[in-house]
Amino acid sequence: MDFNDSPEEAAYREAARAWLEKNAAEHKGGASANGRRPNSPEHMAMAKSWQAKKADAGYACITWPKEWGGAGGTPIQSVIFGQEEAKVGVNYGYFTIGLGMCVPTVMAFADAGTKTRFVKPAMRGEEIWCQLFSEPAGGSDVAASRTRAIQQDDGDWVINGQKVWTTGAQYCDYGILLVRTDPDVPKHKGMTMFWIDMHDPAVEVRPIHQASGGSEFNEVYFTDLRVKDSQRLGNVGDGWKVALVTLMNERLAVGGSSGPDYKTIMELARQTDTVGGSAIKDGAFREKLADWYVAAEGLKMTRFRTMTALSRGQTPGAESSIGKIIAANQMQEMSNYGVELEDQYGILVDPAEAPMQAAFQQSLLWAPGLRIAGGTDEILKNIIAERVLGLPGDVRVDKDVAFKDVPSGR
Amino acid sequence: MNFDYSDDQKFLKNEARKFLDAHSSSAAVRVVLNDDAVSYDKALWKGVAEQGWLGAAIPEEFGGLGLGHVELCAIAEELGRSVAPIPFASTVYFVAEAIMLAGNDEQKAHLLPKIAAGEIIGCYATSEGPGVVDAKSLTCKVEGDRLTGVKIPVTDGDIADVALVLASEGGKPTLFLVDLNGEGVARETLKSLDPTRGVAKLTFSGAPAKRVGAAGDGLSISEQVFDRAAVLLAFEQTGGADKCLEMAKQYSLERYAFGRVIGGYQAIKHKLADMYVKNEVARSNAYYGAWALNTNAAELPVAAAAARIAASEAYWFASKENIQTHGGMGFTWEVDCHLYYRRSRQLALVAHAPKVWKERLVSQLERRNAA
Repeated sequence: MDFNDSPEEAAYREAARAWLEKNAAEHKGGASANGRRPNSPEHMAMAKSWQAKKADAGYACITWPKEWGGAGGTPIQSVIFGQEEAKVGVNYGYFTIGLGMCVPTVMAFADAGTKTRFVKPAMRGEEIWCQLFSEPAGGSDVAASRTRAIQQDDGDWVINGQKVWTTGAQYCDYGILLVRTDPDVPKHKGMTMFWIDMHDPAVEVRPIHQASGGSEFNEVYFTDLRVKDSQRLGNVGDGWKVALVTLMNERLAVGGSSGPDYKTIMELARQTDTVGGSAIKDGAFREKLADWYVAAEGLKMTRFRTMTALSRGQTPGAESSIGKIIAANQMQEMSNYGVELEDQYGILVDPAEAPMQAAFQQSLLWAPGLRIAGGTDEILKNIIAERVLGLPGDVRVDKDVAFKDVPSGR
Repeated sequence: MNFDYSDDQKFLKNEARKFLDAHSSSAAVRVVLNDDAVSYDKALWKGVAEQGWLGAAIPEEFGGLGLGHVELCAIAEELGRSVAPIPFASTVYFVAEAIMLAGNDEQKAHLLPKIAAGEIIGCYATSEGPGVVDAKSLTCKVEGDRLTGVKIPVTDGDIADVALVLASEGGKPTLFLVDLNGEGVARETLKSLDPTRGVAKLTFSGAPAKRVGAAGDGLSISEQVFDRAAVLLAFEQTGGADKCLEMAKQYSLERYAFGRVIGGYQAIKHKLADMYVKNEVARSNAYYGAWALNTNAAELPVAAAAARIAASEAYWFASKENIQTHGGMGFTWEVDCHLYYRRSRQLALVAHAPKVWKERLVSQLERRNAA
């Protein structure tokens, strides 16, 4: 049991470090203090130039085949580069969904011409992709997509409907879109996947005013959007199968979530008095702190175990679902504890006044979203129960019914 | 990155499982559970000695196998899984570790080969009453190499041949080695939350006692021994917690209610998913503890505390929710659920309760942050 790289991994890390040291300096200024992206044009331009540089050096999409501009590398090499990149502070998030989920789907299902057109510009950061799956009536139940595509006499498809919670839609150039093509068959059988141009006038992006106050996510409306049949990914009616490939490509999450950690709340406790003196001396606080530390360490060490599996050439499975359940709930609980520790002052969310630039308050407001995004706690527990433990799926009332006859609230 | 058992360690673990499936079955454990006159499984103890497990981490020069502590962790996980009714933890995690850590050459040469061979059983005696014993509350005394006082409860004190006893000498807490088969020792077997692991009250009236480590180092040696034991116990706890999840899963796939297996209900699925999450957190923390123990890293006190806290929580949760998943069946003597519920408590208490470890962890974090 050790944390050492194998000789090959160590050599790869060394080369990556040397390359980063030589090249990263002029591209710094990546993540903002609170870990979120400022979404400014300057920030985007810096991210794009860094992405192009990585692509030219074979570090943009390490595991992709060389034929498509990748490095033909292993998942562990990708993890190693990600770790080193994070250390020098040049990791930008704009390309994660596109390169991690969308473009691999294009590579798996599109024709050679389409791949030649899109893969390289995406890898170089010249074009950014988003994933259009969730809908107002289908969040956890992605296969309940209602956005409708109807084929015309000339073979083109006309699409009407709405997607929601689309990350990055406001700056994306292309997207992969899951639509309903046949409402007369059971829901998993009547869907089809397309790639679309996000700049088409028939596509309207509206930022969502989130409960946290910010607007990182979007609604996307389609009004008579016309797409060519050649933009179809996979067969008509196979959209669900294609979507599963996209979701399986979901990149191995490396690194912790942003926001306050146990050290931050320890520091807050040191600065703050509670009943009977300094909060850091309070027994109830100390027990909580121990629990948070143990959960955070458990998560960190679980990632090392996942890396070990990768290093041995194994594929980590659904067990990585535990990460977000722990991190999101811990973030919510700890941020609330921090806010309550500040007592009346905890009401303040003004960064100029609230301790630690209101880190606990901001985290408190963001946490409900984190428990939902990318799979709710409940869906993740279902995944663990069904795919890791092998328990049966729930009774399905929508399985053998035509989609149009499936009961719905509205 | 190699943060897992190696292939050799997996092989050892797998062999240990096969051996314990055959020799520490539910029926075998229940002999100890049901008969007050039987305090441990002698045949299993002999078998475990023959396998070399008692000396897995003891150097070859002292009659052990000279493997590492990770190998001992792998064995511990399997012992926990099978709720083995033997004095393994007392003898190996506490006494052997303490002697290797603080014993002099003569003590090592005298005790370690006998422990490795299964010839002697050891116990570690610190507690004197409810709550945590410290320098001020310690009442056992040594004067002129003779020990007087009472230790209660002492796990395996009813069957042990030797005890390591925390007592004060000239007002200083010090660790002593006492021959329990010699003069000045009275034992009284007491009832335990977990009857598969016996406890006793030891009354010393002038028992000959030999110092282990320097005078006045008793508490610090004990802390170090408890750190080492905490990691090993965390593997027993993780093994037990995993077994509980397996039992709950198995039962939920067999038991029908309202016309279908209960494993299909989200109330059960989410409960089992919660168990899984806690068990994985425990396992990951235990692995870090194993690494720290095996390399004698400076991080050991923090890693040991985290391992113990996570494992105690996971086993508690898994053992109680395993009973809940089994419903009324789980509350019968005949179904094994309660063996794990009982053992989860025994393991969580035998080397200080989680509350104590949480305080130790936070103190360590404060020290680390100040440095």
